[in-house]
Amino acid sequence: MVWYKIMELFKTDTVYNFMAKRLPFMALSGLILIASLTLLFTKGLNFGIDFAGGTIVQVKYDQKAPIDKIRAVLNNTVEFKNSTITEFGSPEEIIIRITGSSSDLATDIGDTLSSLLVTTGKYEIRRVDIVGPKVGGELREKGLMALGLSLLVILIYVSFRFEWRFAVASIFALVHDVTIALGMISLFAVDVNLDILAAILTILGYSLNDTIIVFDRIREGVQKSHKSVLEDVVNESVSRTLSRTTLTSLTTFFVVITLFIFGGEIIHGFAFTMLVGIVVGTYSSIFIAASFLVQLKFSVANFRVKEAEKLKRQKEKDKMRAMYEQGTV
Amino acid sequence: MLSIIFGVVFSIPTLLQTDSGKKISLGLDLQGGLHMLLGVQTDEAVTSKIKTIATSIKYFAEDEDILIEDLSFKDDIISFIVLDSDEISKVDTMLAEIQGLDVQISEDLSYTISLQPAQVALTKDLAVSQAVETIRNRLDQFGLSEPTVIRQGKEDIVVELPGIKTAAEEKAARELISKPAHLELMEVDEDRADQVYTLSANQAAEYGDIILDSNDGNKYIVKEIPILDGSQVTDAQVAFDQANQPIISFVLNSSGAKIFGDFTARSVGKRLAIVLDGKVYSAPNINERIGGGRGQISGGFTVVEAGNVAIALRSGALPASVKLLEKRSVGPSLGADSIEASKMALILGFVLVIIFMVLYYGLAGVVANVALITNIFIIIAVMAMFGATLTLPGMAGIVLTVGMAVDANVIINERVRELLRQGMSIPKAIEDGYSNAMRAILDANITTLLVAVILYAYGTGPIKGFAVTISIGILASMLTAILGTHGIYETLLPKINKSKNLRKWFGIK
Repeated sequence: MVWYKIMELFKTDTVYNFMAKRLPFMALSGLILIASLTLLFTKGLNFGIDFAGGTIVQVKYDQKAPIDKIRAVLNNTVEFKNSTITEFGSPEEIIIRITGSSSDLATDIGDTLSSLLVTTGKYEIRRVDIVGPKVGGELREKGLMALGLSLLVILIYVSFRFEWRFAVASIFALVHDVTIALGMISLFAVDVNLDILAAILTILGYSLNDTIIVFDRIREGVQKSHKSVLEDVVNESVSRTLSRTTLTSLTTFFVVITLFIFGGEIIHGFAFTMLVGIVVGTYSSIFIAASFLVQLKFSVANFRVKEAEKLKRQKEKDKMRAMYEQGTV
Repeated sequence: MLSIIFGVVFSIPTLLQTDSGKKISLGLDLQGGLHMLLGVQTDEAVTSKIKTIATSIKYFAEDEDILIEDLSFKDDIISFIVLDSDEISKVDTMLAEIQGLDVQISEDLSYTISLQPAQVALTKDLAVSQAVETIRNRLDQFGLSEPTVIRQGKEDIVVELPGIKTAAEEKAARELISKPAHLELMEVDEDRADQVYTLSANQAAEYGDIILDSNDGNKYIVKEIPILDGSQVTDAQVAFDQANQPIISFVLNSSGAKIFGDFTARSVGKRLAIVLDGKVYSAPNINERIGGGRGQISGGFTVVEAGNVAIALRSGALPASVKLLEKRSVGPSLGADSIEASKMALILGFVLVIIFMVLYYGLAGVVANVALITNIFIIIAVMAMFGATLTLPGMAGIVLTVGMAVDANVIINERVRELLRQGMSIPKAIEDGYSNAMRAILDANITTLLVAVILYAYGTGPIKGFAVTISIGILASMLTAILGTHGIYETLLPKINKSKNLRKWFGIK
């Protein structure tokens, strides 16, 4: 049967020499990073109403949406002159984006728009989202806070559980992933709304998850293996975790691609960002994160000394406690 | 085993949509509805408080026959002059009864009154909680199912209406909420009534008057300080006049009735303007003293309008106007489409992962799949227990969990395989595999969990739903992988030992 081969796609006993090729990989990442940054600074992000404020109205017609007609009607008004109309998922459905918002509760911008469209055919207004400037600003602030705080918490946790170089290397890898994901978002002009922020934070968690599994192996290798050259330990650890990294990424990739294809137009941007994130996150966990660690000159010998000291302190503590307990009993 | 039973039992109500038992409620983005963030213009509440104080000073002075002059208010400061210095003590006692005032008296007996800063803050705070109460009352009477009205932060209010089905219904609800329903009974300034079209607003203000439009296009000049306001209305109902036109009849409380009676007795021959939300609806002549504290508002209402005004008056005036800061409205058909699409993605992704796991790991894959299925049940069960809301991003979170939940089992299986290849005995390989994988699983999941918690703290609405499902998913997958599948292996161990078929069990040669 064919699937014998599939079942053992990754021979865990083979050790690939990833570290020998770390410079080419880092150069490749560097190039993509520069490309992403260039995109971000020139083309920029296409902020949606959650962050920029504004109004979107989703309209579904019972036949093909008469986009030209709608445009003509809207261009005749002052208020909606600058709105953009795009097809949304199917030819019957459109999204109208308006840069302004209204604060009048009784008659809002959606009502005004709805009455304007009467001449364009039979339709149903399915969604009206209005975000005022104050809320947009708050959401932007909150989003940045969430991103910053996430990175900080990760830095602290990984430093605490591993060593600061691991933490810095994982943060580098995360910044790498997020920057590239943002670059792709910019390239494909995806509307950046709250869901994209959620996707970015999920990528953060997901990619970190991958990286930590690799780092955990390195930590274990440093503690147990007889090799004392970091490159060798890293090669061994990355090779050993290769199957796991690829497998989990594959299953996650499966579900995200189904979400992308079948999940409906509203979560398209989210699924797209996740797709990019999974690919980049997997790549960076295998090829980039550990390379940073090597580049940061993590010293195997020093780490062992520190670990030994930790162990010694723990033992002394235990001994003290034992003595204390005996003394009181 | 326990977790499977737990998961299945608690998710039954949700899955079968039974009436009893706890189940997950759908977010507005899935079932359709209206979500709004409203901002209360609290400065208006302060102004209106000042106005009320001015009204009571006016009534007090007239009631006690104290002569005061130039009673007016501007920029939240009331000023007036007491003509007779003997009356000062009376005025002071009266003012002392009103809390939180800053009273300054200059030598020529002119008073300047403002609110103390603490009182201003208190008034603003009260305005928001009162607005919440008022809006809730109105929506309850409007007959919508399960409206949610909660205060958010200092001066914002979140309103959620899941029952809204059509755009017209939505607009009606919004109009009802936004109606200030501020009823004022004001005295028409008969001395200057003939100048109403010639005076400017500033000139009118010099006489202590304001000029108001009426609903039929006329203008009225009235005294700036009202006789009464809507806070003294105890009931309002729709009624019909002789011409069978809908009107709103209202009843005042006892102190309101007394003020009204006193005023009408004093002002026979003058006109009384009935002002709703800054518009004069009628200005009947006062022919005699009107006791009993009843009045009516007429002026070309439709029956529905009159009904809404009556609701608004009954549930009290909004202490300040509210502004729309954010609105998300989703039609029910779009919600249904979203459910359909995300269900499809969930099932498909689920099937893909299950097939893949069995192909790759053999029976160990089946074990992992049992854990995965249990996982989904646990997520649903926990969400149902806490009455969590399932949103569209939440659905995406569950789909994502399906992909990621197998991770812990993948880590364990890879470890076990590795040890088996090294020639370790099966029981030992399973034990060591689990203990080796433990640290990695914990570290990896805790960091993901931390990020999810931050997302929950900073996210709003639907995004919170995503953070919730992801968090529960992570915890559940740790539970099922570390305890659940370990238990299964221990139970199956004799069988595995007997068969020795590593390919069948772990998918390796």
